[in-house]
Amino acid sequence: MALSREQIAQRVAREMRDGYYVNLGIGIPTLVANYIPEDIAVMLHSENGLLGMGQFPSEAELDADLINAGKQTVTMTTGASIFDSAESFAMIRGGHVDLTVLGAFEVDVNGNIASYMIPGKLIKGMGGAMDLVAGADNIIVTMTHASKHGESKLLTQCSLPLTGKGCIKKVLTDLALIEIKNGKFHLLERAPGVTVDEIIKLTQGELVVPKFVPEMRF
Amino acid sequence: MTGLNKVVQSYQDAMAGLVDGMTIISGGFGLCGIPENLIAEIKRKGTKSLTLVSNNCGVDDFGLGVLLPERQIKKIIASYVGENAEFERQMMSGELEVELTPQGTLAEKMRAGGAGIPAFYTATGVGTLVAAGKTERQFNDRDYILEQAITGDFAIIKAWKADRFGNLVYRKTARNFNPMAATAGKITVAEVEELVEPGALDPDEIHTPGIYVNRVIQGTFEKRIEQRTTRASGES
Repeated sequence: MALSREQIAQRVAREMRDGYYVNLGIGIPTLVANYIPEDIAVMLHSENGLLGMGQFPSEAELDADLINAGKQTVTMTTGASIFDSAESFAMIRGGHVDLTVLGAFEVDVNGNIASYMIPGKLIKGMGGAMDLVAGADNIIVTMTHASKHGESKLLTQCSLPLTGKGCIKKVLTDLALIEIKNGKFHLLERAPGVTVDEIIKLTQGELVVPKFVPEMRF
Repeated sequence: MTGLNKVVQSYQDAMAGLVDGMTIISGGFGLCGIPENLIAEIKRKGTKSLTLVSNNCGVDDFGLGVLLPERQIKKIIASYVGENAEFERQMMSGELEVELTPQGTLAEKMRAGGAGIPAFYTATGVGTLVAAGKTERQFNDRDYILEQAITGDFAIIKAWKADRFGNLVYRKTARNFNPMAATAGKITVAEVEELVEPGALDPDEIHTPGIYVNRVIQGTFEKRIEQRTTRASGES
């Protein structure tokens, strides 16, 4: 079975380490916050200028001046800090954020990522995504392995305008955890009940498959 | 003698001198921390052919989006513009020129503009459409592109508190682009919720020193919420 959105978030959360500062993108990455192990302390970075992003507010706590990068109202955790946009991106560009999780339309064997624009259809802008992929070292891309029509999103070469060049090393899809190195995809783990053949079939770029591919457990 | 007193009494005075074709830098992220009354004054004035520099362009009926129906904006430099149907129509038809700029690069362009730095190198955008036509250079075996600073004829910003000297304090994430925008305007206009006497703000806690601010006006704000997300009380 392909992973649910929640399971993708759950698997990503296992990549968190005690003391990490983490930036979570919009969509599935946001769900990761729900699965951070209780025995570790991490602080969430929101690029509009907040470290220590908390859960959604109660009606009583609702504050128009306190939002996240998805423009949703949020709260602050104990020890939070607030700063301006230049400082926020200095943290990102300067490599101070330990882990970045974001979505994508496509990734390719050279670590290129396309996530912000579909010419003629979706031209909303890159927001902070280009800064995040260029500035962060440890990035996990979350997305579905293939489109609804069965077209692979793990390609030999991205077809859409790039968000970043040669910057992605790890991708978690609904079918597999994949590492990108030396111009190839490498299969690290598969979703429960998903066969290696299914993954190969839906991966257009060259995929290296080891003899044993562990199954994720939830 | 007005001396260091930056306070103006009307929105008309706050935006005096704005004429067709000028460049305006605006603070705000989404609808959070936007100078909503200064934007309304630009709409009332009917100034046209403006170049706007702002992270976003508001929604159809609030924020910078209100300048779209009368086609007051000629060009916008922004990082994300997706929340606005009229915007999309004008962009697709070519009536509105849009320069999409990565968010961190946009913030740094404003900061550099205000700090007298004409351009800077960044890895953001290397190998993408953003790099088109820009100087590339390697430092320590990594590729970077040269991005130019931005300054404006006007900067319009929203702060929480100001004193009469134009020292500003922002509140929570309504800070966002406002401090950088404040530095990058030839004329910087700040609208605030609360106006206090000089000395009332702790010098250690001032975010934007008054040297950057030319005009201050106290206003009342709708502070519209773009994505109202809450949890049921008791839920955690």
